[in-house]
Amino acid sequence: MAAFVSIRNLRKFYGSFQALKGIDLEIAKGEVVCVVGPSGSGKSTLIRCINRLETFSDDSEIRVDDIPVVPGRSLAKVRAEVGMVFQSFNLFPHLTVRENVMLAPRRVRGTGRGDAAAQADRLLARVGIGEQADKYPGNLSGGQQQRVAIARALAMEPQVMLFDEPTSALDPEMVGEVLDVMRDLAGTGVTMVVVTHEMGFARQVADRVIFMDGGEIIETGTPEQVLGAPREPRTRDFLSAVLNH
Amino acid sequence: MDIFETFFNTEVLLRTWPLLMQGLWVTVQLGVASIVAGLILGLFLAMVRLYGPGPVRLLTRIYIDIFRSIPLLVLLIIVYYALPFVGLRLSPFASAMSALTLVSGAYTAEIFRAGIEAIPRGQFEASAALGLNHRQTMTDVILPQAVKIVIPPLTNNSINVVKDTALASVVAMPDLLKQATQAQALAANPSPLIGAAVIYIAFLWPLVWAVSRMERRFGQGAR
Repeated sequence: MAAFVSIRNLRKFYGSFQALKGIDLEIAKGEVVCVVGPSGSGKSTLIRCINRLETFSDDSEIRVDDIPVVPGRSLAKVRAEVGMVFQSFNLFPHLTVRENVMLAPRRVRGTGRGDAAAQADRLLARVGIGEQADKYPGNLSGGQQQRVAIARALAMEPQVMLFDEPTSALDPEMVGEVLDVMRDLAGTGVTMVVVTHEMGFARQVADRVIFMDGGEIIETGTPEQVLGAPREPRTRDFLSAVLNH
Repeated sequence: MDIFETFFNTEVLLRTWPLLMQGLWVTVQLGVASIVAGLILGLFLAMVRLYGPGPVRLLTRIYIDIFRSIPLLVLLIIVYYALPFVGLRLSPFASAMSALTLVSGAYTAEIFRAGIEAIPRGQFEASAALGLNHRQTMTDVILPQAVKIVIPPLTNNSINVVKDTALASVVAMPDLLKQATQAQALAANPSPLIGAAVIYIAFLWPLVWAVSRMERRFGQGAR
C-alpha cells in the first residue's frame, strides 16, 4: 500500500540547533503510529511538521495524500485532511463546547448552522460529553476538554489525526477516558500519529512504534519489537527509565 | 464679593448655559468622531505592525512611535497653521479631528497589539490546524478574546481623547472650553469656566469609574 503520509529527509533547525536530523518515515492509510522518546527528542516537532505548524528545511519533503506540505493553497488542502489534538487542549474559551466543534466546518467548509450543530452533537455524544454541549470549556475538567478537542478535530472529517502528547497535561484519573476515546478512534480506520508517554496505550493500540532520540529515529517496529525487545541501547535505557519511575 | 458670587454665580451660569451646551455638543461630536476613527486606524495599524511585510511593519512602528512622542498641541498647531502653507487648509473641526485621530490611532494600535499578543499561541495553532485562514482566525478566534483584554485600556484612551478635545479651542474650535472662555469674557465672571470643568468631570467620571471596575473584574483572572 502506498504511503499516505510520506516524510523524506525532514530537517529542522532552531537557529544553529538541529531539532530534526533528516527523518524518513512513511505512514500507511489506517495505520496507527506511536512516537515515543525522551523530551527534547524531536517527536513533537516531527508531528507538528506534518501540518506545518513548524516550518522545516527547503530540501525536506512531506506529502499527505500526495499533496506537498508547502505554504499556500496546498497547505490549506493538507490541513483540511489533517486533524490535530494538542497537549494543552487549546479549546476556544469564548465559545461553547458545541460552537468549538462547529466553527471549522462552518467557516472552512461552509456547512450550514443546523447541519454543523447536528454533526457537533453527534461527535460530542461519541466522545461521551453530549450533555455538556452548552457549557464553556473553562467549566469542564481536563479530560472532558481534551475529548472536546478530539471532537473538534474530527468535525473536519480528517484522514489523519495527529496527537501531540494528548494526556500529558491531564490529572492521572482522567488519562483513561481520553485514551478510551483514542482507542475507539483507532478502531475506525483513521490514520493516527500519536506522540505519547503512555506505553500501555502504545503497546495495545499501535501498529508501529517509533523511538526517537536526539532528532533521529533510533528504532522502529511493532510494539512487541520496540517496547518488548528493543535492540538499541538508547531505547532500552529510555524504556527502563520510563517503566521503573 | 464672596466666593460664590465669583465662581458659582447662578445668574451668570443660567445666562451662559446655552453657550456651554453648544460647546458640549461640539466636544462630544469631536470626541466620538476621533475615538471611532482612531479605533479603525489603530486596528489597521496593529494588523500591519503584527502581520504586514517587513518594510511596512517597520514604517508602522515608526509611525506609532512618532505619534506617541509628539505633543498633541504641537501636532494640532502644525495641522491648522502649518499645512495651509502647502495648500492644505482644514476647518478647525477637521484639523482637530485629524490630530486627535492620528495620535489616538497610534495609542490604540499599541493597545490592540498587546491584546492580540496576550492570546496564547495555542489558539493560533489550533485555528491553523483546523484549516482556518488568517482572517477567520482573527475574526472568529483571536479578536473576540482580545476585546475583553483591550476594553479597559481602550476606554482609558477614549477618556484621554475626550479630554484632549479641549486643546481644539486654540484653533478656534467652538468646543466646550472655547465657549466657556468666551462666556467668561462676555459676563466678566469665571463661573462659566467652573461650569465647563464640572461638565467635563460629570461626563468623564462615570467612564473613569467603569475602567477601574473593569480592571478589578478582569484582573481577577476571569477567562
